[in-house]
Amino acid sequence: MKYTLSVLVENQSGVLSKVSGLFSRRGFNIDSLAVGVTEDPTVSRMTIVVDGDAYLVEQVEKQLNKVIPVIKVKKLAQGEYVARMLSLIKVAVAPGARGEIMRISEVMGARIVDVTRTSMTMEFADTAERTETFETLLRPFGIREIVRTGTIAIEKGADATRKTN
Amino acid sequence: MMTGAAVMIRCLEAEGIRVLFGYPGAAICPFYDELPGSGLHHVLVRTEQNAAHAASGYARISGQVGVCVSTSGPGATNLLTGIASAYMDSIPLVIITGQVRSDLLGRDVFQEADITGAAEPFTKHSYIVHSAGDLPRIFREAFHIAGTGRPGPVLIDVPIDMQQRSIADFDEAKYHRPVDIIGYKPRTQGHPLQIRKALEALSTAKRPVLCAGGGVFSSKAQDALRAFVEQLQLPTVSTMMGIGALPSDHPLYLGMLGSHGCASANKAVRDADLILLAGARAGDRAMAAPGQLATRARIIHIDIDPAEIGKNLPVYVPIVGDLGTVLRQLCEGAHCQAPADWVHTVTDRRARHDSKPIPPAEGFVEPKTFLRELSLAMRPDGILCADVGQNQIWAANHVCVRQGRFLTSGGMGTMGYSIPCAIGAKSARPDLQVCAVCGDGSFQMSMMELATACAEGLGIKIAVLCNGHLGMVREMQDHLYGGRRSATSLTGDPDFVALAGAYGIRARRARSQQEALDALGEMWADDAPYLLACDIAPDYPSL
Repeated sequence: MKYTLSVLVENQSGVLSKVSGLFSRRGFNIDSLAVGVTEDPTVSRMTIVVDGDAYLVEQVEKQLNKVIPVIKVKKLAQGEYVARMLSLIKVAVAPGARGEIMRISEVMGARIVDVTRTSMTMEFADTAERTETFETLLRPFGIREIVRTGTIAIEKGADATRKTN
Repeated sequence: MMTGAAVMIRCLEAEGIRVLFGYPGAAICPFYDELPGSGLHHVLVRTEQNAAHAASGYARISGQVGVCVSTSGPGATNLLTGIASAYMDSIPLVIITGQVRSDLLGRDVFQEADITGAAEPFTKHSYIVHSAGDLPRIFREAFHIAGTGRPGPVLIDVPIDMQQRSIADFDEAKYHRPVDIIGYKPRTQGHPLQIRKALEALSTAKRPVLCAGGGVFSSKAQDALRAFVEQLQLPTVSTMMGIGALPSDHPLYLGMLGSHGCASANKAVRDADLILLAGARAGDRAMAAPGQLATRARIIHIDIDPAEIGKNLPVYVPIVGDLGTVLRQLCEGAHCQAPADWVHTVTDRRARHDSKPIPPAEGFVEPKTFLRELSLAMRPDGILCADVGQNQIWAANHVCVRQGRFLTSGGMGTMGYSIPCAIGAKSARPDLQVCAVCGDGSFQMSMMELATACAEGLGIKIAVLCNGHLGMVREMQDHLYGGRRSATSLTGDPDFVALAGAYGIRARRARSQQEALDALGEMWADDAPYLLACDIAPDYPSL
């Protein structure tokens, strides 16, 4: 089972290595990890997707809370958050295939960001599942390269995860 | 204006530090330059690892944060085993390392090592000083983090230019302003709901047992523990780290549990229907199959570290908080006592005693009785530091800890711990009797510290139990590896009495039980260092 954790950390050097070291040391599997600064420049947010059971995810939460620059750890409840990952996908374009690739991209909601005589590059920001689907559709054309970010997630509704609540 | 190094000294003084342990080198020279004339006494150890162990012994006896210092590179990496040992046993330390100039960091210059990176898995937190003006804040935070919550080592890596730079004068009033770290607010009070649940479970338990761990000492909760178990008449076992939490001769104390513990403690835990873990983490040495235990008994787990609760075994009532505070909360609400027949059953089993000493063979000292007599020959508030190996198991199961302490490397099992630990303990409380118990293997891992004890005039006593082997490993080879002995014979052992003599330390060798017991009078006759080397039969078992 995959769990998504939203982790607020103090924006200082060494935090990422403390967190990633913790995961490898304790044998926790990271599916993806994304870091970026928040609306408060002294605070960064890590979105961590872990694969494991309830015991493991509880351990991850507790161990993360012990890292001093970690301010807050929140396990996002299934279905209660919006998650996105960004992919850049470069596809080979054989003669006559360009139209079909453009149609697929349009249907899926991808943006074409670079075109050459023999290739096209699409930008796609969506859930992990839809990203998987998009890739499957493009595969027959010949995928040259994929660059992906980790998943980022935000809770649904008006409330915000802040350091004080 | 003053230098960063001078500010570092003032920070330590402001923290109430009197003694620090260390070894100088180029990258920490500005700090050492400021030491003379300060209120700090520096103890020069003979290798950096022992600076951390000595600081650990100092911390455990003084109840303060222990401080050790080294230079960059090899000085810093030599500290690692000491830092890891303190981390595993939750001992509060602040470790100060010199570092190469900040503009050279990452260039692999002479004596550069990424020590914050290397120590990351074994420190509660660490700092690299990037701006000398941050020194007071970093020191204040480091001491706060090391000494509160679940204690542990905190490392401060100080590049040499940060020590040399001129910064604002030290402002003591500003220094003592409360620390505010947003992500670090340890909980002290137990949650009232969980306290109520624990009291309910205790009142219905037919066979309750309390298991005391090292957390009792971290929380300075010996009195609270004693009041609690006496009020509820709770039979009590301890982990290795919890030895002495309740006096060894207390009528409710059943001994140490675990794979190297005693039968009365293990049987009580096996038969229990409720186990109250008090500042103990249920490590594998103490509880081999904690999951099974939890199917037979309800577990109440009190720990200041939420991550320990539920880590090793499923828990019926989790209580996060300071152990002393929680025990006092429980005392207030408790109106029950453990059933008398259960208490009688387990204490009677203890009284009839588990491990009968094996009579000494001709020409040898019998270690179990000897260690018991050694502990009884000390004043009741004496401190025993046990090393690692068979000597540790003999000591753990047989010494009598009354009002004193039993110090050992429990979690990490670091050989060579006892002598530097004894040096640290004696530095903290020169008025107390301190004795290190070690084997001939572990003694040789730290024997260079005899010089430190002499230089400091520290009257530590050392009992070396010599069986010419790495006895614990040899025993393992005999039991689990078909008796094939490999690299466990200590051929080349020196004459320990002559070695002590070379340092000007009075020493004696005991070849029989009587000689060993007779030497105890001589050992405790004065407050000078003393070494007693006891010949132990090579095949004498751990248990």
